[in-house]
Amino acid sequence: MSGFSTLFLKEVLRFWKVAVQTVGAPVLTSLLYLLIFSHALKNRINVYPDIEIDYLTFLVPGLAMMSLLQNSFANTSSSLAQSKMMGNIVFILLTPISHHALFAAYISAACLRGLLVASGVIIASMFFVSVPISNIFYILFFGTCGSVILGSLGLIAGIWADKFDQVAAFQNFVILPMTFLSGVFYSVDSLPPLWQMISHANPFFYLIDGFRAGFFGRSDVPIEISICVVSLVSLFLSLGCLSLIRSGYKLRG
Amino acid sequence: MDDTVRPALEIDAVSKSFGAVKAVRNVSFSVPQGEFFGLLGPNGAGKTTLINSVAGLCRVDHGSIKVMGYDVSGDYQSARRALGVVPQELVFDPFFSVRETLTFQSGYFGIKKNDAWIDEILFGLNLTDKANANMRSLSGGMKRRVLVAQALVHRPPVIILDEPTAGVDVDLRKNLWSFIQKLNDEGHTIVLTTHYLEEAESLCSRIGMLKNGELVMIESTDRLLQRDKECVIRFRVKQPAKANSSPLETLLPDTVFLESGEYLAKVPSPSEIEGVLRLVRELEYEIDTLETENEDLEDVFLSIMRASPERSE
Ligand SMILES: Nc1ncnc2c1ncn2[C@@H]1O[C@H](COP(=O)(O)OP(=O)(O)O)[C@@H](O)[C@H]1O
Ligand SMILES: [Mg+2]
Repeated sequence: MSGFSTLFLKEVLRFWKVAVQTVGAPVLTSLLYLLIFSHALKNRINVYPDIEIDYLTFLVPGLAMMSLLQNSFANTSSSLAQSKMMGNIVFILLTPISHHALFAAYISAACLRGLLVASGVIIASMFFVSVPISNIFYILFFGTCGSVILGSLGLIAGIWADKFDQVAAFQNFVILPMTFLSGVFYSVDSLPPLWQMISHANPFFYLIDGFRAGFFGRSDVPIEISICVVSLVSLFLSLGCLSLIRSGYKLRG
Repeated sequence: MDDTVRPALEIDAVSKSFGAVKAVRNVSFSVPQGEFFGLLGPNGAGKTTLINSVAGLCRVDHGSIKVMGYDVSGDYQSARRALGVVPQELVFDPFFSVRETLTFQSGYFGIKKNDAWIDEILFGLNLTDKANANMRSLSGGMKRRVLVAQALVHRPPVIILDEPTAGVDVDLRKNLWSFIQKLNDEGHTIVLTTHYLEEAESLCSRIGMLKNGELVMIESTDRLLQRDKECVIRFRVKQPAKANSSPLETLLPDTVFLESGEYLAKVPSPSEIEGVLRLVRELEYEIDTLETENEDLEDVFLSIMRASPERSE
């Protein structure tokens, strides 16, 4: 095994050994959202006036993407912050594992957890509503990019934080608002123009819009634009994260 | 350079500061292959900072470090493959058992099947019956031995131990030292820091002393202990130091003034004691008490630490 595959395996085992909390719980939370909304919004009109998709069905990809984003972030940030604070990060820092391999191992594990949770949400939702799949490649592309983006943000937060409070603050005051305001629960088209503009400045909006397009075959903005924005943000954050790791900031005194 | 002659460790003009604290100041020395080298110094002297710089856990401000000829920043992968480090802090991953810890550590070095070697290390460190115990359940001494085992999974030619016996009980310490001695006999280069001077004295073939980040002495242990054969006299004088002349210790060769109010003077042989005493009398001091003693490493250490200048920052 190379250093990369060992570290990847370790990162996967880390969440898999407690899969009830790391995969099961987020799936359950999403289903609860679905249940509550189905009760509260029984008579809400369709989101898209021209095609037959009820609001509950509309919600499923958004909820799946939201869980994917949050869990990808949680995976890298908690793992890194924990080994930094416990001091056992030295076991990795003392080895010949390169910056790239370290980054790739953490991000791949975050992707796996993110995609597992999202699949769990969608499969479980299938028991209540029927969710169409229009383009599986869009789903995988936006899902993977979502994990890369949030996994990178989680690594950055984990490297930067000196206390768990700070990781939690990053999650609660940056990640959560950005996901909630990105169109998880609504189509941005239905917002007033100012809020539409603000939403369009949020990169998470393109993740959810593109991901949803993979299911329903339609989106608020052209899919090409979402692909470009999401690719650029993924690339930018990956490179930023890599250079942070290479610099040794807060990892190598 | 020829594989057999390049030093195991080359430290060249290394400096490292943390903000205003100059933890390591322009330190240079090298350790040849196969040596058992001891790094001594009081708390805060910069030993851990120097070791972390070698290990790549912190980056130096100036200077360069090579392990088996590989630069620790330019060629960090080769350097780290050649190096096993036992950190001073008792760190562990509570997620794993002892064997899992060692298997994963091997994997980080790209080593697939390492069970035979892992069993051998576990046996050597008396950890065989703990192989499947979770790290959390181990005592401090056991965790320390797992750290030693972790440093060895990739069979590094150079092994650095940062205070490996701090807080470890006597029996265990002996066991650990005989294990490390065996590694040295097998050809591994060993560098260690310790507070226990008698350990350094009995194990290390050469000793470097750090004080306030500076290397104040580096010498073979034999030469240091040669000073044993020198005669040391400890004496007290009746009069207080004279105000209008230089302090007595500066007027006599190889003499230091101790906090206890005594003078400690080294003379090459007992026959020369009389010469020193005559000098004292000629300087118009009267000797109050006098004893001769054999010096051990602790005295050498203390006198070197006292003699080198204090730095305030
Ligand atoms: N990460 C750090 N941040 C700030 N100061 C540090 C850090 N590490 C060490 N120091 C300071 O550097 C000096 C040397 O410390 P250290 O290398 O741990 O000494 P030793 O291992 O010899 O006890 C001390 O004054 C210590 O307080
Ligand atoms: Mg130390």
